[in-house]
This record gives sequence, C-alpha cells and structure tokens, in this order.
Amino acid sequence: MMNVTNQDHNNLAIRVQIQAEDFDLESEINHLKQFGDIGGITSFTGLCRDEAGQLSALELEHYPGMAEAQISDICHQAFEKFDLIGITTIHRYGKIAPGENIVLVVAASTHRQAAFDGANFVMDFLKTDAPFWKKEHLKDGSSGEWVAAKDKDDAAKDKWR
Amino acid sequence: MVKLVYFAWVRERIGKSQEDIELPENVVTISDLIAYLCTLDEGYAAAFTEPQVIRAALDKTHVLHDEAIGNANEIAFFPPMTGG
Repeated sequence: MMNVTNQDHNNLAIRVQIQAEDFDLESEINHLKQFGDIGGITSFTGLCRDEAGQLSALELEHYPGMAEAQISDICHQAFEKFDLIGITTIHRYGKIAPGENIVLVVAASTHRQAAFDGANFVMDFLKTDAPFWKKEHLKDGSSGEWVAAKDKDDAAKDKWR
Repeated sequence: MVKLVYFAWVRERIGKSQEDIELPENVVTISDLIAYLCTLDEGYAAAFTEPQVIRAALDKTHVLHDEAIGNANEIAFFPPMTGG
C-alpha cells in the first residue's frame, strides 16, 4: 500500500492538480515510475476542440476546493477499484484555446487492463462529478453558450456500477 | 449568516458570485432556500426557473435538494457539471 497521506506532492501515488498552466505528459509519466514494479502506464489527454473553426477559446470555471476534493475522491476510488500503483489527474482552468490541453489522466499498474480501466473510470466520473463549467468564446468576439451537460456522459458513468 | 456561492450561468443570472445572507427560520432544506431566493428578485427567479437541473453543495459536498442545510457555512448552486 502506497503512502497517500504524504503532503509532499512529489511523493504522492495519487496526485491531483488543478492549475491554469499547461502540463507535461513525459514528466508525469516519469513521476509515476517511482511507485513500484509497473507493467504499464496509460494516459488520456483531453483537448479543446475548435468546433468548426468558430471557437476562439473555452473558458473553464471551477469551484476551488470542491474541484480538488471531488477529483481526489474519484482518483482514490480508481486506485482502490483497479489496484493501481499510481494515478495522476491534472485539470486546467481559465481560457483555453482550440488545440490546447484541458485535462490529463495518467494511470500506472502491474498489468495493462487496470491502467486502461483506471484512466477510463476517472474520465467518466470527471465529466459529471467534477465542478467545472465551460463557456464558449467565439471568433467574432461574442460570448457563446455554456457547454451543456450530456446524457451520454451520465450513461458512460453507469457502466462502472 | 451563511455564505452562498454561485457558478457559471447561475452566477450570471443572479449577477454575483457570492453573498452572505441570514436564513429565514422557515428555510430548512436546499429546496426551501431556492424557493426563498426566488422571492427576492427576478435574477434568482431566472437562475432557478428549472430548479430540478440546479446542483447544490453544502460545504463543498454535493447534496440533493431535500437535504437539510443544518450548520453549513457555505452553500453552492451551479448547473450540471461539465468536467474533463
């Protein structure tokens, strides 16, 4: 069992970061390699789409404190459920342009299926349970719509029950 | 006094991101609070037009509308979440 109560972020097998800055996949993979005899690491990177060229940016608003708590809870569930060796989730907020990164999930395990499942599980729950909201900013300078929640995201979560 | 915080279009319709209010004695649950806020002005009424879609949190923990507010310090209202 990993020590997940250590306050030093560099020594956490379960690492959650909510930040405005971009992230670096390579360094996050290397971070997880210190936590045991790893057989596989999967990563998922979510990007901002350009929605047929109309979008200048998405503005991500979040609930500070609750966002960290919810994502941390989701990661702890994944860690236990799939017997992961380590899991890292980084979620950005603020203005994000098309093609830029929004979210990163990296999961490490002894065998590959757990790493795939762990990252998949975290993404499915992030969609509906992490307090983030996305507002579209359009290229013509106008403020677009708030991105609506999708029923299929609720359905995706149900497959893990 | 309790702190109310609002996000996304709930925040935009109400016209502020947070405020401190004194809860009337007859406000016990989240539903009661929504009904009370709707009597204050049309911004709240616009935010809570479809109360069933609004999500709520007590001290940063997600709760249903029938939850009692109790001694919570912070109550949040927001649209369905769209993370990831």
